[in-house]
Amino acid sequence: MQDKAINSNPSFISKFIHSKGFMAFTAALMSIFLGFVFAFIIMTIADSANAVNGLKMLLVGGFKRLADVIYYATPILMTGLAVGFAFKMGLFNIGASGQYTMGMFFALYVGFMWDLPDGVHWIACVIAGMIGGMLWGLIPGFFKAFLNVHEVITSIMFNYIGMYLVDMLIQGNATMYVSSKTRTAYLPASAQLPSLGIDNSNANISIILAIIAAIILYIILNKTTFGYELRATGFNKHAATYAGMNSRRNIVLTMAIAGAMAGLGGAFAILAPSTIAGSSMTYEPINVIAANGFNGIAVALLGSNNPLGIIFAALFISHIQRGGTLASLYGYKPEIIDIVIAVIIYFSAFAMFMNSAVVAFLKKLFRRNKPEADTTENVSPPDSAQDKTENSMLKEEG
Amino acid sequence: MNDYIIEMLNITKEFPGIIANDNITLRLKRGEIHALLGENGAGKSTLMSILFGLYQPDKGEIRKNGKVVKINNPNDANALGIGMVHQHFKLVEIFTVLENIILGVEPQTLGFLQKQKARERVIQLSKQYGLDVNPDAVIEKISVGMQQRVEILKMLYRDNEILIFDEPTAVLTPQEIDELMEIMRRFAREGKSILFITHKLNEIMAVADRCTVLRKGKCVGTVNIKDTTKEELSRMMVGRDVNFKVHKNEKKPGQVVLSVKNLTVPSKTSKKNAVNNVSLEVRAGEIVGLAGIDGNGQTEFVAALTGLERHTSGTITLCGKDISKATVRERSKAGMSHIPEDRHKYGLVLDYTLEDNIVLQRYWQPEFQKMGFIKRKAIRKYAERIIQQYDVRSGQGPITIARSMSGGNQQKAIIGREIDKEHELLVAVQPTRGLDVGAIEYIHKQLVERRNAGKGVLLVSLELDEVMNVSDRILVMYEGEIVGELDPKTTTVEELGLYMSGAKRNLKEDSHAG
Repeated sequence: MQDKAINSNPSFISKFIHSKGFMAFTAALMSIFLGFVFAFIIMTIADSANAVNGLKMLLVGGFKRLADVIYYATPILMTGLAVGFAFKMGLFNIGASGQYTMGMFFALYVGFMWDLPDGVHWIACVIAGMIGGMLWGLIPGFFKAFLNVHEVITSIMFNYIGMYLVDMLIQGNATMYVSSKTRTAYLPASAQLPSLGIDNSNANISIILAIIAAIILYIILNKTTFGYELRATGFNKHAATYAGMNSRRNIVLTMAIAGAMAGLGGAFAILAPSTIAGSSMTYEPINVIAANGFNGIAVALLGSNNPLGIIFAALFISHIQRGGTLASLYGYKPEIIDIVIAVIIYFSAFAMFMNSAVVAFLKKLFRRNKPEADTTENVSPPDSAQDKTENSMLKEEG
Repeated sequence: MNDYIIEMLNITKEFPGIIANDNITLRLKRGEIHALLGENGAGKSTLMSILFGLYQPDKGEIRKNGKVVKINNPNDANALGIGMVHQHFKLVEIFTVLENIILGVEPQTLGFLQKQKARERVIQLSKQYGLDVNPDAVIEKISVGMQQRVEILKMLYRDNEILIFDEPTAVLTPQEIDELMEIMRRFAREGKSILFITHKLNEIMAVADRCTVLRKGKCVGTVNIKDTTKEELSRMMVGRDVNFKVHKNEKKPGQVVLSVKNLTVPSKTSKKNAVNNVSLEVRAGEIVGLAGIDGNGQTEFVAALTGLERHTSGTITLCGKDISKATVRERSKAGMSHIPEDRHKYGLVLDYTLEDNIVLQRYWQPEFQKMGFIKRKAIRKYAERIIQQYDVRSGQGPITIARSMSGGNQQKAIIGREIDKEHELLVAVQPTRGLDVGAIEYIHKQLVERRNAGKGVLLVSLELDEVMNVSDRILVMYEGEIVGELDPKTTTVEELGLYMSGAKRNLKEDSHAG
């Protein structure tokens, strides 16, 4: 995609329309639009009188709470990266929750137990969180690479192991845990992330760090030999083996990086500054798996596993979640709002399907307008049809 | 009464970006063997898929006995008496012959299978057409030739009168091919009409009555075989004269490049070894052909040789260096180039661009990366050179997605990549599979070129002509063992066939010696 400029061609628009990025983008937009249509139907069924206002709130409500949108987008941006990055290699990292929780714990531990100067303390906490998540990603990666245990199974188990372990460790630590309130104590101010300085908001520096992380992942994927190997393995692991790529090392490394992303997400969430002086975010060890880990799957899906796409996907999902909260002012029960949000996210899963539908539609449209443009640009030799024939015949065989 | 049993009139089928069939007319007479000839991508498969109901034509109509019919799916085709033997058989491996034949049209009363009646019918059919099979044999235990007979019986059992054979000889030994030809002639005598898809000219000359030639989605013409020659057919198919003979000078083989000793590779599907105690040598400046029917251990042998799979015992030495335990990358560095059997599964990352595929074996070299960052410009420049030197044609040059390229050009890219990389041994497995005559000619030239440059070439192929024409020395593999060493100048295709089917061997002591 980045090479588009080199092939300068008179019909730039056609090129643009046919580019993969544009396709993915329009597909996502179409999915979201359909999601809203269904969301509206559900809201009408639940309470027809307020449906228009409710949907309006859902759509634009987030703009009234931009700082919140940013704040809540950060952790799911990170878990989205954790899922999407691993997925580029064909690994389904369903263990983002466990890695996220581990990241939280490591960050909390350094926050409470280490006494470091201002300006260094929170950085140490963030790094600790990254290491915690990395560790929790590394183990399923190791199992996959050396024992051929499927990463979905191990990472699901590690969600539970991580969560119970963290709950246990926190409850057993008198410095961190306030048993009367069944939550952790307030973190020292030095461990909290610098705020962005928006009034009444938790928005903090972590969104910038998260975007930087996404850009770094994008560079790793597209500009380095490791990314080349990783994507090759994701596309065709046989060819990767044939080319002599070290798949074991790559699996472990990919899962470690993915885990590190989720771990950072956990650290960013728990280290966020409080709006009330003297308090902080707290962790409640109540044996619940972190939902942000699973939200990461939806974010990655909506962002087509592209790190840059994931930035926007996270912001978007955070946006409708904020809008949903506001929509409940019209009397919608939180459950209905959850369903509506789920519907919209669920429709993003159709992005893949929509992608091909949109491609077909646009091509048709384009051919009708400019018949010659298409023929000159899609010079594909006769054999490609043969391949397609074979492919679809294979599908017939099922 | 209409002479034609099936007429496909002015069929046009378009896929995004390509017209696979452009106004093609094919008329099949009752009781004739009609060959459909064309290079890969000429549109043969698409046309047959339309007749078999897998695709709908954009334009044109299909007539049976002069009446327009609509074929929406294979069931419609079957109801019209159209049957097809696919190139890759569609049989349930763990079922018996009889069970496979009746699959989908099981005779039953109140939901209970009535196998006896079916058995009688199958036995009667196999007698009538000379298709000798045991109805109670399990498919996975019988030979490929037998399996093909089961496929044929399936069509007969369904009373099909139009029989489509899609490249039926690709998997057979020369003897089996002769038998198949005989069976096809008998069908024609019995009044069945046969459509025979192939790109092998000898078979068409031997068995067909008429031949329709397709080129690039267009119909070049229909000719009577009586009035034509092999040369004319190939000219029609390719659009130019084709040289069938591979030219090569005498050359004395040099030092041993590859030495394999007592290599044994376990089988994944059975307890027997897929490769059993195989020893062979490849010298500099010679092409060793490894012949054999598909599934006799060649794939496993190559996998062990190139490091894709582990072997249980034996040693592999490349240029004096023991590489028995080496990784794929180490073998590649030691001087092994590998043109893989399945270019889509192994040879290419289809979703990568052409240039990324061209550096698939070399992206890690300092020429193409610095501190782990890819040197895009260097890759582009290198890819452009390979594309030019090996005449790889594609829509957008280096940035074409490999998937959108034709099979021949994909293969050229792989060959360019493997030949341009430093190597002493070139392992070429089925390098011309599925390619058209023009591309085959080119690839054979490249292999001989390697030999003349003093490299060792191990050519593993199922195509007898290829092995006979290109090799300096032929080794035959049968059931995981090397059963014969032949000189292509003194041997015949028939003799080679006897070795391939296990009927003959001349290296008995050798294969048990180690």
